[in-house]
Amino acid sequence: MSRIGVAFDKARADGRALLVGCMPAGFPTVEGSIAAMTAMVEAGVDVIEVEIPYSDPVMDGPVIQRASDIALAGGVRTADTMRIIEAVAATGAPVVTMTYWNPVERYGVDVFARDLASAGGTGLITPDLIPDEADEWLAASDAHGLDRTFLVSPSSTDARLSMTVQHCRGFVYATAVMGVTGARARTSDAAPTLVSRARAVTDLPIGVGLGVGTGAQAGTVAGYADGVIVGSALVRCVLDAPTEADGLAALRTLSAELAEGVRNPTR
Amino acid sequence: MSADALAPVAGPQPDSTGHFGRFGGRFVPEALVAALDELDGAWRTAMADESFRAEFGALLRDYAGTPSLLYEARRFSAKVGARVLLKREDLNHTGAHKVRNVLGQALLTKRMGKTRVIAETGAGQHGVATATAAALFDLECVVYMGQVDTERQALNVARMRMLGATVVPVTNGSRTLKDAMNEAMRDWVANVDQTHYLIGTAAGPHPFPAMVRDFVRGIGDEARQQCLDLTGELPDAVTACVGGGSNALGIFHAFVGDEAVRLYGFEAGGDGLATGRHAASITGGSTGVLHGTRTFVLQDADGQTLESHSISAGLDYPGVGPEHAWLHDTGRASYLPVTDDEAMAAFELLCRTEGIIPAIESAHALAGTVALAPKLAAELGREPTIVVNLSGRGDKDVHTAGDYFGILDKER
Ligand SMILES: Cc1ncc(COP(=O)(O)O)c(C=O)c1O
Repeated sequence: MSRIGVAFDKARADGRALLVGCMPAGFPTVEGSIAAMTAMVEAGVDVIEVEIPYSDPVMDGPVIQRASDIALAGGVRTADTMRIIEAVAATGAPVVTMTYWNPVERYGVDVFARDLASAGGTGLITPDLIPDEADEWLAASDAHGLDRTFLVSPSSTDARLSMTVQHCRGFVYATAVMGVTGARARTSDAAPTLVSRARAVTDLPIGVGLGVGTGAQAGTVAGYADGVIVGSALVRCVLDAPTEADGLAALRTLSAELAEGVRNPTR
Repeated sequence: MSADALAPVAGPQPDSTGHFGRFGGRFVPEALVAALDELDGAWRTAMADESFRAEFGALLRDYAGTPSLLYEARRFSAKVGARVLLKREDLNHTGAHKVRNVLGQALLTKRMGKTRVIAETGAGQHGVATATAAALFDLECVVYMGQVDTERQALNVARMRMLGATVVPVTNGSRTLKDAMNEAMRDWVANVDQTHYLIGTAAGPHPFPAMVRDFVRGIGDEARQQCLDLTGELPDAVTACVGGGSNALGIFHAFVGDEAVRLYGFEAGGDGLATGRHAASITGGSTGVLHGTRTFVLQDADGQTLESHSISAGLDYPGVGPEHAWLHDTGRASYLPVTDDEAMAAFELLCRTEGIIPAIESAHALAGTVALAPKLAAELGREPTIVVNLSGRGDKDVHTAGDYFGILDKER
């Protein structure tokens, strides 16, 4: 079983959901992002999702777009992301990478998989790669022992849902709302339905993302999902902070709140 | 002729999942797959439906004003050294070939029972065409436009608003066409139930490239017959400008099976390929994935999209439709860059010899033709006949061209 799978199992045994926290690599700087992700782990985030910044992030809302732009303007390269993954993996927390497809294809799919595995990454979340187009990635992830997380959506048909989860390894990502990333006042009603539809066709753990921003929301999602994925709300802590130290402090506070939330699932 | 503008013809088709060789496909969030499948189904059903074809044909004829003329440009020809036949898409309603695509997709939107259309636009031509069709079909319309473009194309912004559309200036990224497309995609993911994303060119995820090509391919069907009627023969070459690629595919498609007819696509070479400031994705880019399709892309070593540059807003896009990438790969069509200066020289030449002010996009096709004519004449040992797709008129470009030529009266 993959390292992520082990972590999910442990959380499940403890009667709680796993907390996955997302941060763009190189935001606000390479060192700054390592510090941010380390702080998240120390404050209770179980799994770090490192997003490779991309010029055209169509699944991301304004917060992650801005953070990605800042990272790219700072000159972060894909090779830096590998270094960041290595540093964060050294904390002991599993590190999963989220990336749009073009940077992987440009790096070389097999070389990317090799370097990701040797940096200690567990696998990839691919928001704009569906299994239908993923032959090269299926082969490379098999060759290098990496997990594959494809997305399922409320609009997925039953046939696509089962096809997609069959191609996943590690965990499945359920997009809770029809829309892009960004913390929302309410998480969605569509999510529990989607999760139970997915459960009918897979035993893999299911993470729910898009829209979670508070401990209470994390508790709600933990009530029906195995993993609670939080991005924009964490990124905003750093984005809105007047200084890097303030940003880290805000990150720790929110991470702790979310960690508390996933330990108190509302059922 | 336009009455069966969708009648099946032989010609290259993608595989069932939208691949043209190693290009095309669908690189999209799973959330959009159901909508793309729905669209694909609606399009195929409509294509096979007599009544849809008749309705589309009637709209093209009675509303858009097609078939457009094929006009022999004698004075321009004399300067160029070729018999130049202009496919006058500039005379269509809204001033460009784009109206064909927009009418086709608006009809499909109605058939799918959707009530809202969204679009991206660079120059504003596609936005205006979409707003026009939305008014005609009583659809809600939102147009995303980079803030840089809303400023340089203020008149088209006003046109869209007059037609009842909401124009949203996009302020992220490079604030141009590619960012407008990103924003439209985000809107679509969030509102896909009621909304059709009316993509303005033969790019994007399957089925858009093949579907848009089919909606505009009347250009080539008409031109082929008109050329035969006029000259008794097929042309030696067919030329067009290539932004995303719709007008070029529209005119190429009918000729792809005519092996003796050379096909030329002219890309925006901006300040010249060597400067890096251009929008020539095929001749100056590399294979990548952008906006849902695998194609040629302007990108850096890490696969980050580079900003494109062109005097022509409609060609200012860092990608290209996948069918062009494939026609390039197979060698069936040739792609060459044309610089801003070359395009503007041809722009002026057409104004002065024919009394026709072309769109700056189309001026790229004219400039490419000027360069091509002597080579083709030498190769054939006679005067060549060249059909040029005059994809649009230059009304929208008067300010840009006036600036370029330094003829604006700054005092006033
Ligand atoms: C007149 C005209 N020609 C050409 C283009 C380029 O698009 P395409 O390559 O899809 O024909 C545009 C785009 O706005 C246009 O307005």
